[in-house]
Amino acid sequence: MGQLAMAAYQVCIDIGGMPILVHTDNDEFARLLEDRYGKFVTADRPHAVTELDIELIKPGIVCDAEDVCVRRDAGRWVMERGDFRAEWDPQCHRGWVRQTPRPYAIDAVLRILHSLILAREGGFLVHAASAVRNGRAFLFAGVSGAGKTTICRLAPPDVVLLTDEISYVRGFRIQDSGFRNQESGVRSQNEDGQATLSPATCTSSLTPDTWHLTPAYAAFGTPFAGELARIGENLRAPLAVLYLLAQGPENRIEPVSDAEAVRGLLRNILFFAQDEELVEMIFQTVCDFVRRVPVRRLVFTPDARVWELIT
Amino acid sequence: MSPLYLARSKDIAARMLGDEMIIMSARDSTLFSLNEVGSVIWQAADGATPLGEIVERKICPEFDVEPEEALKDAEEFVRELAGHGILVISESPLGESRSKK
Repeated sequence: MGQLAMAAYQVCIDIGGMPILVHTDNDEFARLLEDRYGKFVTADRPHAVTELDIELIKPGIVCDAEDVCVRRDAGRWVMERGDFRAEWDPQCHRGWVRQTPRPYAIDAVLRILHSLILAREGGFLVHAASAVRNGRAFLFAGVSGAGKTTICRLAPPDVVLLTDEISYVRGFRIQDSGFRNQESGVRSQNEDGQATLSPATCTSSLTPDTWHLTPAYAAFGTPFAGELARIGENLRAPLAVLYLLAQGPENRIEPVSDAEAVRGLLRNILFFAQDEELVEMIFQTVCDFVRRVPVRRLVFTPDARVWELIT
Repeated sequence: MSPLYLARSKDIAARMLGDEMIIMSARDSTLFSLNEVGSVIWQAADGATPLGEIVERKICPEFDVEPEEALKDAEEFVRELAGHGILVISESPLGESRSKK
């Protein structure tokens, strides 16, 4: 794959404040990536957290694995499915993907990569819809059929959808004044971009009398769409509540115990690798998350009035 | 009957939340939840204290149960957890290195 380091085209896909620079020799595939990831394509190439070289092969079976298989081998992560084989070296922040020209393969690789990177960053990908209202993010977690897409379809116009399928959650230090106004707050955070993503950078570059830092969690928009077939907005907001979805005859919010919250959240987190270190990290993150972010059960009936409860 | 020693597996992540112990197997991400009694046994599983002593000292006085019945239930319980690979049981004491806090 070494020759692709000089690939003709580069597309930088920034999801969750983690830009990944994709190299390809195929202009058609580069355009396909730009179209598919739209608002998530950025010019911020120097800040890419990792780089991927793409080798396209003719449509067909790349490997025998039907389901996604992710394993660690000599310090590298190996990812396989019928339509791709990929390797990623977390030390060098570089990897390669051998895949058919269809976009589903790179989409799966990006999800896996982000889940691996996030685990070390105190975050996770979760089967949940997410949306921003009044500058605060709300997550609606549930398995397929729980109502994630339905909740999104019922959302009133003042709600900004982040995703109807896979939510992106990161531990974060919030600039207290940064999220007061949804539009200006979120946008200005995005403009600051890398300067505020690292807690270490935050504490060294901000003065205590002008900024108040609060450890919390933030939700980011993702291009990982479900039935809605619409990519989310590329913005982030502090997480206000995580709702575990349950369908019922009426709309109501119920409390859940911490243990129930941990169980409910873990059931919906994307685990691609049965890796002991990874599982331990995610478990600890989820326990911390439940201490800091309110988790409730949202019983709802497919009726727009459910959004009267989400404020 | 030989004493039974128990130690928490190294391949787990666990946290007490309220009165439940939530345990996740790092091998296959399976999630377990122990009630109050189960949590007491889990926390006392240091590899050095026999199950009989745990039941006698920590279970019977706290939960008002008959020692013989409690020990029978506790044995069944720890064997089940061992079957899932989250607890190690042995008829001889287990080293600290085999258990995880």
